[in-house]
Amino acid sequence: MISMWQDLRLAGREFFETLGAVTRFFLRLLVEVPASLLRFGLVWQQLYRLGAHSLLIIGISAIFVGMVLALQGYHILSQFGAVDSLGVMVAMTLVRELGPVLTAVLFAGRSGTSLASEIGLMRATDQLSGMEMMAVDPIQRVVMPRFLAGVIAVPLLAAIFSALGIFGGYIIGVGLLGVDAGSFWAQMNTAVDVRTDVMSGIWKSVAFGITASLIAVYEGYNAPPTAEGVSRATTRAIVITAVAVLAINFVITAMIVG
Amino acid sequence: MHHNKAMDFATGLFVFLGILAIFFLVTQTSGMRGFGGEPTYEVTARFDDIGGLRARAPVTMAGVRLGRVTDISFDTDRLDAVVTLSINTRYDNLPADSIASIRTSGLLGEQFIALDPGGDPEPLAQGDVIIHTQSALVIENLIGQFLYSQGD
Repeated sequence: MISMWQDLRLAGREFFETLGAVTRFFLRLLVEVPASLLRFGLVWQQLYRLGAHSLLIIGISAIFVGMVLALQGYHILSQFGAVDSLGVMVAMTLVRELGPVLTAVLFAGRSGTSLASEIGLMRATDQLSGMEMMAVDPIQRVVMPRFLAGVIAVPLLAAIFSALGIFGGYIIGVGLLGVDAGSFWAQMNTAVDVRTDVMSGIWKSVAFGITASLIAVYEGYNAPPTAEGVSRATTRAIVITAVAVLAINFVITAMIVG
Repeated sequence: MHHNKAMDFATGLFVFLGILAIFFLVTQTSGMRGFGGEPTYEVTARFDDIGGLRARAPVTMAGVRLGRVTDISFDTDRLDAVVTLSINTRYDNLPADSIASIRTSGLLGEQFIALDPGGDPEPLAQGDVIIHTQSALVIENLIGQFLYSQGD
């Protein structure tokens, strides 16, 4: 009983220590933002790696999610004789919730892990110390371009996810299940609002982009310089991001809806 | 990683698709409302009972949407509801004595405001008050009346 209490206290202490360290790291990155935007070539390179290479996985996932939403939605809505509202259901679900959240989780799995292991391996093989020796700031040269590229990529990917998901829902709803195309779009247009629905989704994806990129680069940068350390940093990058994104999503939704 | 044209192309394509998707979401899913959109003028109407009317509900005449409800507030002096309607300036020739009534789309659907045209040659303008209003039908009251009438 006593040891359990101690474990709990230790875990709680570690949580706050990590949270504090991540916040400090984030503030340090924020200071560097203007300087890093001047060296946009580096960000552009990372945008290619993190964004353009994620297009395929995001696109395919989005179409499947949209299709399954249409199938499930049709099944439920047909019980109330409201299948004309299928477009509303698919669009609202994607734009407000699933688009930003799933994109962030997929991004963490596809790109966050690669960021964490890359930076962790640079640390383990003393490349970061080498840069410091040559008076090159590794935060500016390595961490910032990756962080900024992630922050830019996630909102764009989330928008692509939502748009393709709606397209997938359209294929199933209108093409396969025979919902009227006119009411699919018209009901969507009446119900979805730019400020409350679309913009809230975009703000969410910006917040998730910051979260996912920050955790990935933090874990990589602070990984113990061993094989085990790098592998743990990679795992932590996706696990912590997934939990953090879901928790932050709840808080943002509660603020918007409640 | 070296800069090359294929990389620039792929990144450019990615950014383009992302912006295109945002544009699609803003314009296509929502029918381009909210961002100012078209200019409107505001009139108010007072109701004894607004039922389940909410902000953003449509304002229609002859079934066509002319605008929407932008604000609902409570008048502490007269103890009634003050509803602000934003009507598209394209429809600037609605008679000033039009009647505003709260209706329900379908049996259990959303509530909206229906305007019925009056005969006044003066049109409604910014800041006007709609005098003739009809409150929401409260289904519970209807059922109550029906039950009592059965008792006679």
